[in-house]
Amino acid sequence: MPTVEMTYRDAIRQCLIAEMERDDNVFVMGEDVGRYQGTFRVTAGMFQKYGNQRVLDTPITEPGIVGMATGAAMVGLRPVVEMMTMSFSILALDQIINHTAKVHYMTNGQAKVPLVIRGPGGAANQLSAQHSQSLEGWYAHVPGLKVVAPATPACAVGMLRTAIRDDNPVIFTENPGLYGIKGPVDDDPDFTVPFGKARVAREGKDISLIAYSRMVHVSLAAAEHLAQEGIDAEVIDVRSLLPLDIESIYASVRKTHRAVVVYEDWKSGGFGAEIAARIGRECFDALDAPVGRVGGLNVPMPYSRPLELLCIPAEADVIAEVKRIG
Amino acid sequence: MAKPAQKDLLASPAEIEQYYREMLFIRRFEEKCNLAYRQGKAGGYLHVCIGEEPLAVGWLNSIRKGYDYVITSYRDHGQALTLGSDPLAVMCEIMGRSGGLSRGKGGSMHIYDVEKGFYGGWGIVGGHTPLGLGLAFAAKYRGEDRVTICYLGDGAANAGVFFECLNMAGLWDLPIIYIIENNEFAMGTRIEYHAADTELWKRGVPFGIKSERLDSMDVLTVKRDAERIIDYVRKEQKPYLVEAMTYRFMGHGAADNDQSLYRTQEEVEKARARDPIKLLEDLIRKNNLLSDETIEAIQAETEEAAERIYEEADKSPAPDPSEVYDRVYSDMRPEEGH
Repeated sequence: MPTVEMTYRDAIRQCLIAEMERDDNVFVMGEDVGRYQGTFRVTAGMFQKYGNQRVLDTPITEPGIVGMATGAAMVGLRPVVEMMTMSFSILALDQIINHTAKVHYMTNGQAKVPLVIRGPGGAANQLSAQHSQSLEGWYAHVPGLKVVAPATPACAVGMLRTAIRDDNPVIFTENPGLYGIKGPVDDDPDFTVPFGKARVAREGKDISLIAYSRMVHVSLAAAEHLAQEGIDAEVIDVRSLLPLDIESIYASVRKTHRAVVVYEDWKSGGFGAEIAARIGRECFDALDAPVGRVGGLNVPMPYSRPLELLCIPAEADVIAEVKRIG
Repeated sequence: MAKPAQKDLLASPAEIEQYYREMLFIRRFEEKCNLAYRQGKAGGYLHVCIGEEPLAVGWLNSIRKGYDYVITSYRDHGQALTLGSDPLAVMCEIMGRSGGLSRGKGGSMHIYDVEKGFYGGWGIVGGHTPLGLGLAFAAKYRGEDRVTICYLGDGAANAGVFFECLNMAGLWDLPIIYIIENNEFAMGTRIEYHAADTELWKRGVPFGIKSERLDSMDVLTVKRDAERIIDYVRKEQKPYLVEAMTYRFMGHGAADNDQSLYRTQEEVEKARARDPIKLLEDLIRKNNLLSDETIEAIQAETEEAAERIYEEADKSPAPDPSEVYDRVYSDMRPEEGH
């Protein structure tokens, strides 16, 4: 299939439009998604194209938005809710966790919730403590949700399409630092990336760097640097946290015998800790070193740029951890 | 021999008999629920609607059953039974058995019967009110004339998300009827201790929603008002808010074992003078709609039916352990094991 070069932001928009063209039940709702074109311009032009029923500007009431979308999904609509930032989804946790995630189970399958909640998660540039959080680990903790965090425009398209066509609620997190990156995107209108399949972003034989979302790029940069020092790192793009393709991670670790898990979320109790624990349990005999972890500093995100940069894992932090575990 | 209905009655004799049977059945059924709880056959939290039966029977006999959407809180047995759910499957669910509507995954607070248009059955106070809004939104989105009935309690009327819903319902003219069941208590807290304005019907007014307070102990007036309001919402495609004045004869739930903490026995007795079943029975007798023998026969049949359901449900086996992973997702199983 031919590919076209586009940004991560455009990739998401193109996918939304294509799925809305394909299925009348698909619609977009959220704060400022319509007339204002979306805070990160992901929905630019869509209000003009589809009008206020299918590109619905909502009040700033996250619990109400997610609850309404869940109810609509229970009777067959396929809402795509934009969270202006994933930090705001905290207001909607009661809906997402107490309601959305439990519909299918509590009804024993009588109702499904084909709902996507998408939006920027993670640090951007000096958005400070209330707008910079990575919450995917919280959601990946919850049975009934699916959670994905694509790192490239191609994965963004393929996984958003899978998410919209999925009959279960999906948390789709987009690191704001990724919106501007460009990459090739398959222009097949049915191109999908299945959930639960990790991607080898870089092959290597000496150590496995296991990451998702923007940390894949940080890990790739670290791998290039390590290559110059004669360390051939493999980078695994987890991309789907729930379901998790743990077997691909194990396969990489059994090949390289070393692993460092890299994630932007707070280091303590983040999703990377789950991956590290599983590697330690299942790959113990294959490991030549303890499993390393690189995560965000355990502090609320400070505003000052130098302090903010300290908090977000960077290439140097990955390299340091690789060397530390030996 | 029953005389023809008097002209000023609000329903035909056949309808009146039907409502009498339905309310009586809910009452007897829920007495069995409480029994099941006392006998350890039902666990967790269990909330009956004894005293509030007209809210189910009056309203849900006025909708298009199976077409219109209904959603409520955890006090949900009466709605399911009125919508035509198999009472045995409801009782099995309450006992956590495999014969239950959700094969024992929901329980008393989470009764769902989607084929009957019943979307539960929710345990977070006020949390289901946006789900109801979503049902109404979907109907409007598709250009259907379905009406959504969303019940909530007087305690839930204070939940932030409910105000969000009223705003959106008013903003987008969604065809939903919010029925605040004002039974005077949010669990054990009397309304004057939990609401700045105890006239809860006013909650809809700032959002441009037609709102009113209605007595809800007389099933015939409930039915008359319900028909009028449902017709308005269906035709006008606009929301409506009702504060339904009722009273909870029993405790908040089966685990509420000391009602003296929040009300007196005299108060309960006074409210029971307007027991909705008694009111209807008095009307039936006064107008000679049914003979004493027929009334007694209905009472006996209802009691026997509830007893039979209780016994049958108790024979239903518990769900198989292998089912624990089923239906977490529609297309995959979660990781297994501890």
